Amino acid sequence: MNSKNFYYPYFLYARDVASYSVAWALSRPGAVYVVDVIVAEGLTKRFDGLTAVDNVSFHVHEGEIFGFLGPNGAGKTTTVRMLTGILPPDAGRAFVLGFDVVKKPLEVKRRIGVVPEAANVYLDLTVWENVTFMAELYGVPRGVRERRARELLDEMGLLKYRDAKARRLSKGMRQRLLICMALVHEPPLLFLDEPTSGLDPQSARRIRSMLRELNKEEGVTIFLTTHNMWEAEELCHRIAIINRGRLVAVSNPRELKDMFTRLRTVEVEFNRAVDERSILEALGCEVDVSGNRCRIRARDVNDVICGIVDYAKSHGLEILSLNVIEPSLEDIFLEIVEGKADV
Amino acid sequence: MFENVAKIWAIAKKDMKIYYLKGPVVIFGLLLPFFLYLAYAWNRNIEPAEAMVSIMAMTVFFTSTAVGPVIAPWETRSRTFERLLSSPVNMSIILMGDALASTIFGILITVAIAVLSMVIGVHIVNILVFTCNVVISAVCFSFLSLLLSSPPADTPANIMMLSSLLKFPLIFVSGVFTPVGEMPYLLRIIALLSPLTYTTELFRASVHLETYVPAYIAIAAITVYTLVFAMVAVKLHERSAPKRL
Repeated sequence: MNSKNFYYPYFLYARDVASYSVAWALSRPGAVYVVDVIVAEGLTKRFDGLTAVDNVSFHVHEGEIFGFLGPNGAGKTTTVRMLTGILPPDAGRAFVLGFDVVKKPLEVKRRIGVVPEAANVYLDLTVWENVTFMAELYGVPRGVRERRARELLDEMGLLKYRDAKARRLSKGMRQRLLICMALVHEPPLLFLDEPTSGLDPQSARRIRSMLRELNKEEGVTIFLTTHNMWEAEELCHRIAIINRGRLVAVSNPRELKDMFTRLRTVEVEFNRAVDERSILEALGCEVDVSGNRCRIRARDVNDVICGIVDYAKSHGLEILSLNVIEPSLEDIFLEIVEGKADV
Repeated sequence: MFENVAKIWAIAKKDMKIYYLKGPVVIFGLLLPFFLYLAYAWNRNIEPAEAMVSIMAMTVFFTSTAVGPVIAPWETRSRTFERLLSSPVNMSIILMGDALASTIFGILITVAIAVLSMVIGVHIVNILVFTCNVVISAVCFSFLSLLLSSPPADTPANIMMLSSLLKFPLIFVSGVFTPVGEMPYLLRIIALLSPLTYTTELFRASVHLETYVPAYIAIAAITVYTLVFAMVAVKLHERSAPKRL
């Protein structure tokens, strides 16, 4: 997906598939339009007086991988459940593929694939039965069902286990089976709630590469919740961060990093050990010294580099290496959820 | 319409594959009515036709209510319920699928027992009433069992205990052991509130024993009970579904 070509012309308020199509057809020729496959507006959900999701609004564009990040209990799963028509919101509204999730939950469910966070496969059914059962629930015709099940199990490396009971599979294999079950009706939009949580690195990598492929080659829009910042940075075109039920940031990883330039650090290596107090006085900012290496948090990178060069000259030091390190998504995430930043 | 029938059948097939051999189903559906009957008939001089009515009523009642209470708590515990809710099926379809699996189990076991009864010399005289009774009673008790499984528990034993609290008293007030016509007046009124009474009456009609309620009224009563149980079960399950997530 080429995100720089995207611009955002309208909110899609289509209430059924007809107006969704009309909205698409009426878009001006020549322009690169983005259709929002998910529109959430002021979504709110309370449980026993506790607000789990508080006035959350965002849009997900067709063809993107959208990451939904947040600490435990932030409201990610509740948001996914509202968007997939499982839980009705207490306030606000949401449209998925043009359908109102409250008024037309079955139309939404028919068109999306879901891998719920806490879900499991049917352990007493075989791998094949699990996939074909889902295909039957989605109304996939018998001939297509069998071809599709075989293709998916083959892609996920599960075809040789097709007659095995699902309880014999490892956790990673069961997760892959759940993804097969979610894809059996070829949905244009896939929701995955913590798909790699608790998996070994090999299984997690396999799932990530499969998701990337699905998005790139089949154009499937992916809504992904994750704890793993590295995963979000690797996979997602845009991310939203939710904390204590409130959405605190929606952007692409690059823009988020640009917003947090104050989290950039400069790493410098001198030819000999330096005195912590003297370098702190010279630069006037936060410095971690470890022998001949210093890590300096830089609000203004140019000022810090100039200061380092002056310091080296005045103390007869030689600079062996100097690197500017961008903040990781994890740094930004922690900054936001710990309440140090207002986005 | 056809799509929904296919979905109901898919859910029923899944239930049959998974739940027919689960411990609580075997114990409450097969072993319990068998031993209950033995305890009742042992060393007594009971007329074969009377005995057949009792055993048939207990069999269709216990077998049709054996699968239903297991499904929802089991799916909650094994965390497959959310996956099911994510698919394009509403609660009515899910419960109709569960009821179908439960009904088929009830019908199969009851027919097997009926065949066995015929082998030992008890003949079903009115096949039409018998068939109609087995089918509608199995459907009715299946929905009753789904109604009982509506609390959002994740332990099948808890729901089984709850359903036993209702099932055992029903057995004793529904003309299974004593014909309704021979009951005291007050007990007779209570008996007429139980759907199992109408099942027992229809079994009596099918072997030409004396009945207290005409067959057409018994059929109508079971049908009304079925509709009420189904509608209330759907409402209660819809309400408890979010708590199962």
